Amino acid sequence: MNILDIALKLAPGMLVSIQIFFTTLLLSLPLGLVVAFGRLSKIKVVSYICKIYISIMRGTPLMLQLMVVYFGPYYIFGVSISGSYRVIATVIGFVINYAAYFAEIYRSGIQSMPSGQYEAAKILGYSKSQTFFIIILPQVIKRILPSITNEVITLVKDTSLAFTISVAEMFTMAKALASSTTSMYPFVCAALFYYMFNAIVAFVMDMIEKKLEYYK
Amino acid sequence: MALLSMKSVKKSFDGVEILKGISLEVNEGEILSIIGPSGSGKSTLLRCATLLEEMDDGELYYNGNAVCKSLDSKAVYESHSKLKKISECFGLVFQNFNLFPHMNVLQNICDAPIRVQKRDKSSVEKEAFALLKKMGLEDRAKAYPFQLSGGQSQRVAIARALALNPKILFFDEPTSALDPELTGEVLKVIKSLSDLDIAMVIVTHEMAFAREISDKVIFMSDGVIVESGTPEEVFASNNERTKNFIGALSK
Repeated sequence: MNILDIALKLAPGMLVSIQIFFTTLLLSLPLGLVVAFGRLSKIKVVSYICKIYISIMRGTPLMLQLMVVYFGPYYIFGVSISGSYRVIATVIGFVINYAAYFAEIYRSGIQSMPSGQYEAAKILGYSKSQTFFIIILPQVIKRILPSITNEVITLVKDTSLAFTISVAEMFTMAKALASSTTSMYPFVCAALFYYMFNAIVAFVMDMIEKKLEYYK
Repeated sequence: MALLSMKSVKKSFDGVEILKGISLEVNEGEILSIIGPSGSGKSTLLRCATLLEEMDDGELYYNGNAVCKSLDSKAVYESHSKLKKISECFGLVFQNFNLFPHMNVLQNICDAPIRVQKRDKSSVEKEAFALLKKMGLEDRAKAYPFQLSGGQSQRVAIARALALNPKILFFDEPTSALDPELTGEVLKVIKSLSDLDIAMVIVTHEMAFAREISDKVIFMSDGVIVESGTPEEVFASNNERTKNFIGALSK
């Protein structure tokens, strides 16, 4: 079996991996901002809840979180789970985990902004939400982009963790194929896939960083 | 009626009283300079007047409209929406400019009038170019703040404040972050504003400038107004504290 055949066999898995990746990113980036707002909230209860949430998400393995999300409904509430819930559980698990990490990145970026920017905006009559979305956020994004890139690259590799709840993503398929053909090549193919995927991610993030270099 | 009126303003930080009951008035078109040693509360006073800081006690009026009134020795502020309306009549120029780094010069000046005041874009831009011309910066409209010198940045900041058509403009040590050469160009610009009929309140350490431009000078020390009057009166004062300060600076 040559590498091209293997790649073709793994292709459906690649699509699932890519799907998990984009869905997670699309949902966790905005959710992370919401959590960051909560974490920075002046309302003590809200801030504290967000702090605990972030602490749990960062303090326990993602693999375990996936299992809790997938098996939890059955063990805790006795709800029978169908196979189609697998991908949904994966996405939920990834989104709540990554949102916590993104929240901390947003928070560090927001807190690094000099107070003069807020004061200038206030004097010029900007509302609170205008100040955030027009003055603060664009600058925060530039500041946190390198950290975001780090997380996104980790996410590409973390999609393989979905195999713990038997989602038919690329790594799950590669593993199955490796044992059925007693060959290393499926793993080589998997490695190439992750590497190339991340090369593209790094390239795209680099382009965005360059685009934002028009100011300092 | 005075354009700006502050009565018995008091403000403490962590139990240290910075303003110990300051009262002052500024009329339309009037230029007031506030001088005094560092730590005397000048900047805090401006920050209270521009609502960046809430005073503990005292009263503040713009055009007779109350921003806050004193009730049982506590300053009670008006509603957020009322304050927002009143805030439209003043502007503030910061010591360290606080331009928005991700916007070019033109956007820095035009964004607030377009977005906040909902004015027509083309007429705002036309005005902005006129302002830039007045500032001697008509060729820098597309530059970003990091490409500007300190003096240019401050002139852009002044243009940005003027674009909102304030009735009164506060300057918080506008030249303290600049070297002497750049200080000159900024002072020249501020001087050129005196024919615009905008009232100005300038906190400054530039004594010659304060003396020349002001209608009224206030000397502050340790949170109180030691002396106030015309520049001639204050600069020829016999008060020991005032004399010492002005003498030390003009040597």
